[in-house]
Amino acid sequence: MNRRIASGLVISLLFTGCTKTDKTYRPTSQELRLNLHSEPPTLDPRKATDTVSVSILNLCFEGLTRRTPDGKVIPAVAESFEISPDKKTYTFILRDAKWSDGKPITAHDFEMTWKTMLDPSFPCEFASDLYIIKNARIAKSNLGSLNEVGIQAVDDKTLIVQLEHPVPYFLDALATHSFFATPTHITTTYPNWTDAHYVGNGNFVLKEWRHRDTILLEKNPQYWDRENIKLERVTFALIEDESTELTMYENGELDWAGYPLSNLPTEALPSLEKQGKLHNFAISGTYYYVFNTKEFPFTNANIRKAFSLAINRRSIVDNVTQMKQIPAMSLVPPTIWNVTPYFKDNDLAEARRLFELGLQELGITASDLPPLHLSYNTVVGHHKIAQAIQEQWHQAFGVQVKLENKEWKVFLDELTHHKFQIARMGGLANVNDPMTFLDYYRYLSNSNNLAQWSNLKFTQLLDEADVTLDEAKRFTLLREAEKVFIDEMPIAPIYFYNGNYLKKSYVKGIHLSDLNNLDLKWAYVELNDTVSR
Amino acid sequence: MTQYLAKKAAILIGSLFLVTTLTFFLMHSIPGDPFVQDKAIPEEILKALHKHYGLDQPLYIQYGKYLDGVLHFELGPSFKYEGRTVNEIIADGFPVSFYLGMEALIIAVFGGIVLGSIAALNHMRWQDHMTMIIAVIGISVPSFILATFLQYLLAMKLDLLPVARWGTFSQTIMPAISLAALPMAFIARLTRANMVEVMQQDYIQTAKSKGLNSFQIVVRHAIRNALMPVVTYLGPLTAAVMTGSFAIEKIFGIPGLGQWFVTSITNRDYTVIMGTTIFYSAILMLCVFIVDLLYCLIDPRIQLKQEIDGR
Repeated sequence: MNRRIASGLVISLLFTGCTKTDKTYRPTSQELRLNLHSEPPTLDPRKATDTVSVSILNLCFEGLTRRTPDGKVIPAVAESFEISPDKKTYTFILRDAKWSDGKPITAHDFEMTWKTMLDPSFPCEFASDLYIIKNARIAKSNLGSLNEVGIQAVDDKTLIVQLEHPVPYFLDALATHSFFATPTHITTTYPNWTDAHYVGNGNFVLKEWRHRDTILLEKNPQYWDRENIKLERVTFALIEDESTELTMYENGELDWAGYPLSNLPTEALPSLEKQGKLHNFAISGTYYYVFNTKEFPFTNANIRKAFSLAINRRSIVDNVTQMKQIPAMSLVPPTIWNVTPYFKDNDLAEARRLFELGLQELGITASDLPPLHLSYNTVVGHHKIAQAIQEQWHQAFGVQVKLENKEWKVFLDELTHHKFQIARMGGLANVNDPMTFLDYYRYLSNSNNLAQWSNLKFTQLLDEADVTLDEAKRFTLLREAEKVFIDEMPIAPIYFYNGNYLKKSYVKGIHLSDLNNLDLKWAYVELNDTVSR
Repeated sequence: MTQYLAKKAAILIGSLFLVTTLTFFLMHSIPGDPFVQDKAIPEEILKALHKHYGLDQPLYIQYGKYLDGVLHFELGPSFKYEGRTVNEIIADGFPVSFYLGMEALIIAVFGGIVLGSIAALNHMRWQDHMTMIIAVIGISVPSFILATFLQYLLAMKLDLLPVARWGTFSQTIMPAISLAALPMAFIARLTRANMVEVMQQDYIQTAKSKGLNSFQIVVRHAIRNALMPVVTYLGPLTAAVMTGSFAIEKIFGIPGLGQWFVTSITNRDYTVIMGTTIFYSAILMLCVFIVDLLYCLIDPRIQLKQEIDGR
């Protein structure tokens, strides 16, 4: 089926490629027309786990803090906050903000929302985002009471949060959907509130949600900073087909196409690039291959390093993905800190040396090596990259690598049960801190530690970083941890993610964040502009 | 008649039960968990989720509970689309698919019969060859290629119709044509083949010798007999187009039922897989049943009683 759809895509693109000029559309009101590539599974911030739901939630809700376009964190629903000297207790004073139904937002809303998420009987997949709060994990695991969790609304305006340990990115995290409050006066009365009684506190308010069809947002008249919101309406079509989205964009029916709400069809990228229409944006995320360090021969660190060094990343981003990604020779992406490559890309001489060394340590020769298995989920892009790397490894070491593509859920099932040798994966940050990437490997018990790798020194460095109050010193420790990690190479980083999008020239003031967020607070449509590009 | 209907109903319910049971156990035998994502979630949270949705219980208990729900027309909550029930999903999607399906069916049946008749009446002449070329194209070009081609031609180039989406009649035209192309071509071929045969029958010769014109002959005497195979084909066809098409709904962004058949499986959204399968089976069986009844209306020679004896 996928193949058939792909061939259809190609045909349509042959045609769309021919159209050089887009239809002109003259915007007549402050309305922005976007496409979200699928139906959001939920619009309840407590239950959302995916980027689709989060893109709407970020517009309909606002946390205690907010990230500005230049990446700073500023108070939002909180008017001010105080941090204790040990950086473990935060006291927030809330401003006079209102829910979209006019009721005031109180500290109790925050307390109740977060405690509901941590209630063992409440289905909340990403409750672990709240585990930085004191006793949160214990409560969710049903080993302690919710009353002992470090969240306390002293009065309507004052919220005190205690953390397990100092978390330098806590204010950053508060701006993300996991820490949004929900209107408890609504959620307690209407359990299915997202359907008919939707209330938020963001820049926009949900007016209509026709499932799998349209989402309509309007400016929130109750928003505390409403004077600064220029857009009156934002409509989202919910079209899954990427080439239909592109056709609609070119036909003047959409103002934006592609990242972060959707993807542009890969086949169309070269032609769009040539026409100079394509915009490119770096995301906090890394595409990598995981080695199962409990599986022969990747039990050996030198073998893992050899395989990683032998990959020609430059050639992959230039010739295979062709999306101008940055080759990754480290784990944490450059959107988080300045990246220092820990090794040379495609260093064949060193790779071969390490390969021989590794074989010696394992007490085998190259001919003893059985065919290796590289698994990935069935997506054309992953398949092409895997083919390139299969060839590169074969040329470097003469090894046979078998490619195994699997249906998504089957693939995940095998990963979580560690039934793989090498597997493709990708990680996206949920806050802009190196810890998001490093923390996966702190303990063997972390279910995200697919490589099953652990290292005492690495764990100690992260533990030390947790209690280090000095920001610069903490970063030094984390960098050292990253070096230990790359030195053992449980994963082979390949490239840092980026996103591609098209936008009409009359659309102004949209801010993208490297956390996959489309910020429309300052967005507007230039009404006297008729030139479309 | 009542005896016949009762027997048919019993077979229907039996088949539905069989479909439900088979789907349920097949579905649970494929690997994958509804809640596992690329960002892994801690063990305690996964357990809590399984408990919440009753997935921690033994399979036979889950099965029993599900059957009980089905008997009360309660198909359960979706695991992926939080807060939505399968009943709601079907109630939202089916009317859309039904509307589009009926439009496609009308195009397919009328277009097919007209084309087939033209071909048959001009047997081995250019009209015949032309229609059969159209039919071969209709059968061999997949609907999604036709759909993208129509989008390019009618929306992009000629600016006659909107590219996609749902809500107005003009938005239904391209998807309906895309859906109708294949069955229309098929019906045209069926009609032609039968019509050619029927036109050589003695009673048509009689009609001709009585001086009836060819229009009257076709409409009053030939079509009725030529349509028997078409009616047989209509049963499964109606069920298929009424419940929507994955590819067409995806390309045109139509909020119908068709996409759920596919996405529910990729999401391992167990209740939606079950609900849509049962719903589709029921519709299919109902359509086949109606076709059985239609036979006797069209051809008085077929009697229901005989069919019972025959089995």
